[in-house]
Amino acid sequence: MAAHNVPIGPMGRQKYEVEIMSSEAIRNTFGTPETHFLNHEKGWKSWAFTLDHKRIGIMYLIGVTIALILAGVFALVLRTHLWSFDGTGPVKLTNAQYNQMFTLHGAIMVFAFIIPSVPAALGNIVLPMMLGAKDVAFPRMNLASFYLWIAGTGCLLFAILAGHGLDTGWTFYTPYSIETETGVIYATFGAFILGFSSIFTGLNFLVTVNTMRAKGQTWFKLPLFLWSLYATSIIQVLATPVLGITLLMLIAEKTMHIGIFDPKYGGDPVLFQHFFWFYSHPAVYIMILPAMGVISELISVYSQKKIFGYSFIAFSSIAIALLGFLVWGHHMFTSGQSQVVTLIFSAITFTVAIPSAVKVFNWLATLYKGSILLSTPMCFALSFIFLFGIGGLTGLFLGALSTDIHLHDTYFVVAHFHFVMVGGTLTALLGGVFHWWPKIFGRMYNDFLGRVSCFLVFTGFNLTFFPQFVMGARGMPRRYATYDPEFQIFHQYSTIGAFVLGIGIVMAYAVLVYAAFRGPRCGSNPFRAASLEWQSSSPPDFHNFTHKIAMCDPYDYDSQVYDEELDTYVHRELAQPSKPVEAEPQPAAN
Amino acid sequence: MAVADSHDTAHDDHHDHGEFIAHHFDSPEQQFDSGKLGIWIFLVTEVLFFSGLFVAYTLWRNHHPEVFEQAHVFLDKILGGLNTVVLLFSSLTMALAVRSAQLGKNKQCSLYLLITMVCAAMFLGVKAVEYSHKWDMGIFVRSQFDYTGGHDTSGLFGLSPYLIQLCAIPALLLVGCLVAAVIGKLTNKALFGSFMIGMTITVAGFFLGAGSGVVYMSATGGGTGGSHASHVSETQPLMLHAMTASEDEDHDHGEEHAHDDHDHADDHSHEHADGESHEALDGDHHGDAHAMDHGPDPSKFDKDIGTFFSIYYCMTGLHAIHIIGGIIALAWLYWRSLAAHWRPDYFGPVDFVGLYWHLVDLIWIYLFPLLYLIE
Ligand code: HEM
Ligand SMILES: [Cu+2]
Repeated sequence: MAAHNVPIGPMGRQKYEVEIMSSEAIRNTFGTPETHFLNHEKGWKSWAFTLDHKRIGIMYLIGVTIALILAGVFALVLRTHLWSFDGTGPVKLTNAQYNQMFTLHGAIMVFAFIIPSVPAALGNIVLPMMLGAKDVAFPRMNLASFYLWIAGTGCLLFAILAGHGLDTGWTFYTPYSIETETGVIYATFGAFILGFSSIFTGLNFLVTVNTMRAKGQTWFKLPLFLWSLYATSIIQVLATPVLGITLLMLIAEKTMHIGIFDPKYGGDPVLFQHFFWFYSHPAVYIMILPAMGVISELISVYSQKKIFGYSFIAFSSIAIALLGFLVWGHHMFTSGQSQVVTLIFSAITFTVAIPSAVKVFNWLATLYKGSILLSTPMCFALSFIFLFGIGGLTGLFLGALSTDIHLHDTYFVVAHFHFVMVGGTLTALLGGVFHWWPKIFGRMYNDFLGRVSCFLVFTGFNLTFFPQFVMGARGMPRRYATYDPEFQIFHQYSTIGAFVLGIGIVMAYAVLVYAAFRGPRCGSNPFRAASLEWQSSSPPDFHNFTHKIAMCDPYDYDSQVYDEELDTYVHRELAQPSKPVEAEPQPAAN
Repeated sequence: MAVADSHDTAHDDHHDHGEFIAHHFDSPEQQFDSGKLGIWIFLVTEVLFFSGLFVAYTLWRNHHPEVFEQAHVFLDKILGGLNTVVLLFSSLTMALAVRSAQLGKNKQCSLYLLITMVCAAMFLGVKAVEYSHKWDMGIFVRSQFDYTGGHDTSGLFGLSPYLIQLCAIPALLLVGCLVAAVIGKLTNKALFGSFMIGMTITVAGFFLGAGSGVVYMSATGGGTGGSHASHVSETQPLMLHAMTASEDEDHDHGEEHAHDDHDHADDHSHEHADGESHEALDGDHHGDAHAMDHGPDPSKFDKDIGTFFSIYYCMTGLHAIHIIGGIIALAWLYWRSLAAHWRPDYFGPVDFVGLYWHLVDLIWIYLFPLLYLIE
């Protein structure tokens, strides 16, 4: 790592114990700096071997976006195939191809896209800055996590290329996964590696939040995004190893037939389901908790109102993380587990809804009488509340034993988890990316086009998945390539919706990419947010902060005052607008 | 896990020796605390990683206690006990290594680390003898289980060919390290040379372990696990039947035999297919099946023992992988001790690897009674 030249100020190498800067130096920070983390080193090596959490976050963002596009194309192929009930639609897949297509769609979306999306991409960029730290605790592990992500995703893709595809569904249920000729070993190995990538991120975040907080950054001054990332990390660290060993045992079963899962050799295939869901139910909270954290930030900032019920939201994240470990059996109501166990799992499943609802009500209370700005991130945030509400409530239908017997393995389940995963997490990801984009690149996006993309995502999404609730309730089973003619009209709505949704997502990304290169410059804090990352310049310095941080409540918007000259908001303590500019030697860089 | 950046840039901090303090930490304490918390969380993930196997063990033992009772006699308590002692001792030397690093005594630290590594390699050597002995007798995982009781001595020096295979990589390593050590000494790369000498000694530890195992085996005629005389009294009649049957065929299991058994396996799977697939969860049924007068098919009985060995190989195999990982981490520490990196204010890596090593040791402390000492 090359020695980094500090562009400004008398403070030497970024010690936080520096004196308060002159207002001129502060101006230089809050205007657009000439040297920042994007350009202080150049060349591909400076990215490939970077230890900077912001660059790693950006690489992750690009990576998960590629995974999203790839799996999204698979989804569109599936939906086009389903246009007609007898498989004579514009795209004709054989049954085997259909199975492979939905498996790859699911596996890539879950393991390579949605699990790392918010934490590893957005979280990586924002978390250390929110703490007032220079980096995560273990920067090398952070980079290793990214390369493991690449390796794991590569293995998943290799499963397709290796010849036989993969047709087990993302759940790899035994005994079929033991018998099938398709690339289960590559795919499970890929998921195993991705698990380690996820553990690395989680471990890093836990330690970082514990030990790297800047002076004065107490637990209850942490933005709620960090609480949710912390809860997520707990799950990542506690649940993922179990998936790891389960997948290893599956590989051993497949290669050597060790007789633990394989009924042919006296094994118990339901044990696999227990192990798998012991990870994968908590994993759905790995997907949704960070998204909820993003929403807490967005709702508060764009209502310019202190978040309602801070500690309730904070502890509900932890509650969800812990309760989430006790409900895995609700995926196995029809797998032949004992009735007592089934009842208990159902009851605990209902309790998980409580902390989720706590969050939703607090967001609504925050909106109440706020000065709401319907900019792009806020539009996404409001979509989130609506869609997650539906997704969560339908979860209760599925958690209820009598209804689940009917709904299990139908499109109702498909719609349920897409409402939480796409309507929830993807929407929050897009909202969060729009929110922090000006921070990352120092440039503003086109808000009108952003809102249009949000509208397309919202309508497209509902058109895609709402009909699936209806179909599912009427008995349309999931994972079939053909279906009864009576369902055709719903499938056609769904297919049209999928394309609208696809266009919406592409448009959102187009708006963002354009903004990163061509958008108008914006100051360090255009949205009047109060969490610490907005006290750095936009784009931030390599070391994140070049001045002493003014510690404050992350939801105290009055602390930010408008600076006309810079056209941005600055913390009161740092602005010192009354003080005259002191004459100070300025290095050439600025 | 410890982030130690040998940073070029001058640190104008109040701590004068910021040599190993990564740029993003404010103080050595912060760096140490982060590493410590990090390694503890990592250890939690390790425990959970093993937990899947422990759960599988628990379920099987609950549902099929008889399989465990009958299978464990194939494990040699003496060799397992030897390995336990070796690992416990290595934990002691590891603790001493941490202590010397804390005091900044790098020489001492490197010596203790070396002993720890030798013990680790010894452990693997003994394990190699145990594994190869079982493979000789046809004791494999469930689907391959094919107990013959035979002793294959067709390898070099009358050793088992399996053992020879297991020793191949360490042998190559031994030669490689030795050559590297000589080159290091000749080219005056003192640090590299001493490091390679240490690694040579470490790999030699493997052969020390394997050698003791082999000597013990030949002295006791196959050890307690698998020496037929010694557990005749402990085993149930059915077991005896299975073993005497195989004793009669004094030859290695040939083609026909394997084929024979394969058919049995198929029969067995048909049984399951015919509606017994929940047998795995049906303990009572199995308990009865082994009552003497039922006279069940001996080959079926054999196969069930195979599941015990599936679990045994998974658990000890995963543990062995962790030992190998430990040796690599220890080697890194050894290098850094030789380079005299540790100081009273910087010894984090030794501490952290030490914790890891104790955990690996601890897991064995659980595995040993669970697998070897079943009564
Ligand atoms: C309010 C909380 C929630 C409840 C009560 C709930 C309940 C359930 C139940 C009972 C099932 C099993 C349905 C069946 O297979 O018959 C299920 C499936 C599923 N849920 Fe949820 N859920 C909730 C939130 C979430 C969230 C937040 C996510 C993801 C972000 C999610 C993702 C999934 C997935 C992926 C499946 C289907 C897995 C599969 O079989 O492939 N759920 N949910
Ligand atoms: Cu679940």
